[in-house]
Amino acid sequence: MNTRFLIGRLIDLSFVLLGVSILVFLMIRLIPGDAVAIMLGANTEITPDRIAELRDRLGLDDPLVVQYGHWLWRALHGDLGTSIWTGRPVLNEISVAIWPTVELTALSVLVGAGLSIPIGAFMAQARGGAAEVAVRVGAIAGLTIPSFWLGIVSIFLVAKLLPGVSALGYVPFTENPLGNLQRMVLPVIALSLPMLANLSRLVRSAMLDALGQDYVRTARAKGASRRRVVYRHALRNALIPFVTSVGVSVGYLLGGAIVVEQVFAIPGLGRLVLGAISERNYPLVQATILVITATFVLVNFAVDLLYAAIDPRVTN
Amino acid sequence: MHALRQNKLLTFALAFVVVQVVLALTAPWLGFQDPFKQIMVQRIKPPNELNWLGTDQLGRDVLARIVWGARTSLFTTSTAVSIALVAGGSIGLLAAYYRGWFDRIVMRSMDVLFAFPILLLAIGVISVLGPNAWSAAIAIAIVYTPIFARLLRGPALVLCEAEYVLGARAVGASDARIILSHILPNLISVILVQTSILLSAAILVEASLSFLGLGAQPPTPSLGLMLSEGRNFLLLSPWPAIFAGIAILLLSFGFNLLGDALRDTLDPRLRNLDTGAQ
Repeated sequence: MNTRFLIGRLIDLSFVLLGVSILVFLMIRLIPGDAVAIMLGANTEITPDRIAELRDRLGLDDPLVVQYGHWLWRALHGDLGTSIWTGRPVLNEISVAIWPTVELTALSVLVGAGLSIPIGAFMAQARGGAAEVAVRVGAIAGLTIPSFWLGIVSIFLVAKLLPGVSALGYVPFTENPLGNLQRMVLPVIALSLPMLANLSRLVRSAMLDALGQDYVRTARAKGASRRRVVYRHALRNALIPFVTSVGVSVGYLLGGAIVVEQVFAIPGLGRLVLGAISERNYPLVQATILVITATFVLVNFAVDLLYAAIDPRVTN
Repeated sequence: MHALRQNKLLTFALAFVVVQVVLALTAPWLGFQDPFKQIMVQRIKPPNELNWLGTDQLGRDVLARIVWGARTSLFTTSTAVSIALVAGGSIGLLAAYYRGWFDRIVMRSMDVLFAFPILLLAIGVISVLGPNAWSAAIAIAIVYTPIFARLLRGPALVLCEAEYVLGARAVGASDARIILSHILPNLISVILVQTSILLSAAILVEASLSFLGLGAQPPTPSLGLMLSEGRNFLLLSPWPAIFAGIAILLLSFGFNLLGDALRDTLDPRLRNLDTGAQ
């Protein structure tokens, strides 16, 4: 990987992060009407004193650019603001809620990406009319089944068929590893299915593409077994577009996790941000969106570098 | 033989979508029960002769609420996707046509919007605008604008270099005329395919948002809301939640299949890319 490529990607990265931070910063300022009165209005009496105090706390009386500068400076030093209701740093609440979300997303990536390779490779070998139609309809169905619906139906089925099993809520892995994983099974299935459908189809078409290449014929001609050609030669090359797609899917999963957490009552970032919205705790909403998006951007940056490492052609 | 099969698929997908859309649009005149009428003695009934899909927690007819919910969903998503198509499409076309600093600044801004996970950006927009169906439509429009911009900029860049575009420029056609009558018509197939596929995705986003309480508000009939309300009495009667989910699935599936079939028919080159050499 050459340095010019790396520097270029780093510039892109800082530009995107800067833009994201500006948009997230502007959130509170874009609320129509008096944002402070709206924030206070959710559960307290509005008095001029309270408004003035909160305006001051949020720094809303400075010029916009100054406000942004202060906000960014503090954010870079780990201060993402204080919760309007508890007065505690929002980072405290985020650092607790982030783990269930990270676990849910990571397991879903593992399941979705992991299973899609054998499924896609298998589908690539199933050819002909009926198989084509099955692959196609299956992939579209996987993409269009709403994950929250799948979650709700699975909760219902478990409650009916396995009355003793608890499918809802969350226990930390460190406290009860088995209970933790048991409660993760349904959410992970619900969240990873669309990704599995998408990636399997991608692996399949990349495999078909790779299997038609000259080097595959050469390998076969040299006497390599069909199995070896499929898994050693074709699959490796098919994985190149796969890696990028996995990176993009992480964004989908982080968004989907918000809904799935709501369905399964998992106390993650999704529940945190939704709770914050309903109580109009904007600093918390702002900080959560910033943390999730920054994570997504950094994951994609890492994927880009990985991509360049696998396929040297892209750096040139 | 192959073309025939593709056409069958397209006909099927088109019919599937048209039936759903017509049903949703003409719902008020089709003799469904009143989706707002609450009959307390008939709460949470399973499917029966009177209420084909049962009733919900307030004794309302589930079938009527599903058809009206599909209506809400289609209105919201088609508004959102149209706005995104016009905004994002113009941005993509102009960026491809003018290149240079305009292209760079505009597409970099699109990258920033693109950096947010889709649902999260929509949630952020709604948290600013307040939760209702219009906010959901605007949020989805904002989320899909950069997607359309990117999707159309690529093919438009190629078209800008085409001989007939250079020719039109050489004979002195105005920029507007070149873009509107030489470049845009050649993008129609891309636009049709992507609009259909993005509508399918938007239906899921709208359902997610209203499921989270960030879209249409009660008592508006909404598929996402039916699911979240149905969850509360799931063990008493799973029917409203199950049927609402199936309705979302069918709507979204129809548009996705249509996009897929359109792509095969309109752009045979993509067919080989997508399903491998035939």
